[in-house]
Amino acid sequence: MYQSLDEAIAAANDTGVSLGEIALRAEVEPGLLDRATVEARLAQALAVMRRSIEQGLTGELHSVSGLVGGDAAKLVAGSGPMAGTLFNEVLAGALAVQEVNAAMGIIVAAPTAGGAGVLPGVLLALGKRVGASDQMLVSALAVAGLVGAVTAARASLSGAAGGCQAETGVGAAMAAAAGVELLGGTPIQAGHAAALTLQGTLGLVCDPLGGLVEVPCVYRNATGGAMALAGIEMALAGIEFPIPIDEVIDAMGEIGASMDVRYKETAGGGLAATPTGRRLAKERLVQIRR
Amino acid sequence: MISLFDIIGPVMVGPSSSHTAGACRMGLFARRLLAGQPEHALIELHGSFARTGAGHGTDRALAGGLLGLAPDDERLRDSLDLAEERGLELEFATVKLRGDVHPNTARITVRRGAIERQITASSLGAGRIQVTAIGGYPVEVTGDLPTLVFVATDEPGVVAAASGILARDGENIATMRASRRRRGGDAIHIYELDNVPTDAAIAGIEAIPEVQWAQVIDRVT
Repeated sequence: MYQSLDEAIAAANDTGVSLGEIALRAEVEPGLLDRATVEARLAQALAVMRRSIEQGLTGELHSVSGLVGGDAAKLVAGSGPMAGTLFNEVLAGALAVQEVNAAMGIIVAAPTAGGAGVLPGVLLALGKRVGASDQMLVSALAVAGLVGAVTAARASLSGAAGGCQAETGVGAAMAAAAGVELLGGTPIQAGHAAALTLQGTLGLVCDPLGGLVEVPCVYRNATGGAMALAGIEMALAGIEFPIPIDEVIDAMGEIGASMDVRYKETAGGGLAATPTGRRLAKERLVQIRR
Repeated sequence: MISLFDIIGPVMVGPSSSHTAGACRMGLFARRLLAGQPEHALIELHGSFARTGAGHGTDRALAGGLLGLAPDDERLRDSLDLAEERGLELEFATVKLRGDVHPNTARITVRRGAIERQITASSLGAGRIQVTAIGGYPVEVTGDLPTLVFVATDEPGVVAAASGILARDGENIATMRASRRRRGGDAIHIYELDNVPTDAAIAGIEAIPEVQWAQVIDRVT
């Protein structure tokens, strides 16, 4: 697999194929999996994503602590200025997947479980909007995987190592690049969409109440979806981010490495350390049984 | 090497790929190293695992792995009760491991009868794990490939004998590593393979005079 997104984009440009095709070829190249298997497994992931959104939108799931659940359904029924729009659907999808996750239901970790809502939220809403075939969605998923794989190689995908920018931030960048592919943008535009999105999440800390993947994680997937839409919108309008995507990823890694441990999933700082955050955690935290 | 499916996946029970799916795979690895269900497990949690593990279901995920449940098995949620039903006694503790240790790390000591095995492993994110020690020997194992582990007296010829057996079995070795704590003491041998070797090959390795124990751990998925 590529360790440079700029290289993958150049390869797509040079050979005149899509970024998804480049990602699929790179996955098959080591000879461990054949092309049909790779596509079938991505299609399975797509099916799980659809199911998670459906489950979450019922509004009937609640996390073990009871802190989150039911908000995706609330959003769909809401009457805000974006009611009934693609934007609303993206936020609701992202919330839905994360509510399923918090309830110990089945999701596709992409790139991680804590950041798993952004990609399906963005991709499935966009796919519905343009009437995308499953094959188009599979190719878009491959683009998302490529962005995540490069980030894993260059930086990190774990909140414990790099903060929330490494989870929902990368999830949003993956969704942005995938969204551009799905909407017929160029590989170069996909790279800019990822860069424009990731720059907006740099420095984002991982500060979950009581260490539970609930607050703010569930909501951060929704705002991550909004960030991805911003990146897609700008990139498809021809806006170019001056720092290449590889260097934005490197910057994310550098920021993550120097981030204080309080902001890396330890519940020691940020929202987790607020008076209300501490109180809720104390009330709701399930203790390890000894 | 990173695959698309390390990123788009795993399909798993929430809520955390490092604290739940990775932890489950660590438990599975320990179970397979012991070659079956432990009667007792001491689980020592380090760093972020110690601080926030309970809320992430890390305890339930580790226990689930020790029971042989996969990361996408919805019974993970109830694994502590399941452990009681199946006669797995669990003991949790927190520990501060020394050195440059990943924040999501656990040391797991499993026992069945007179056999005891211990691993130290870290959850690297996105469900990926690295086993960093087996029985106190430093190792680097991912569980992504079938892994042959054996401990042998540190004498010349052991590697030749073992790799000869694997070659005759038609096994392709992806990586191999031997490490010892002192010269002439015991050494641990780790072979990551493309396929699980035949029972005959494993028996052959167990029959090498210097070998004390050998175990094959299938791909931990």
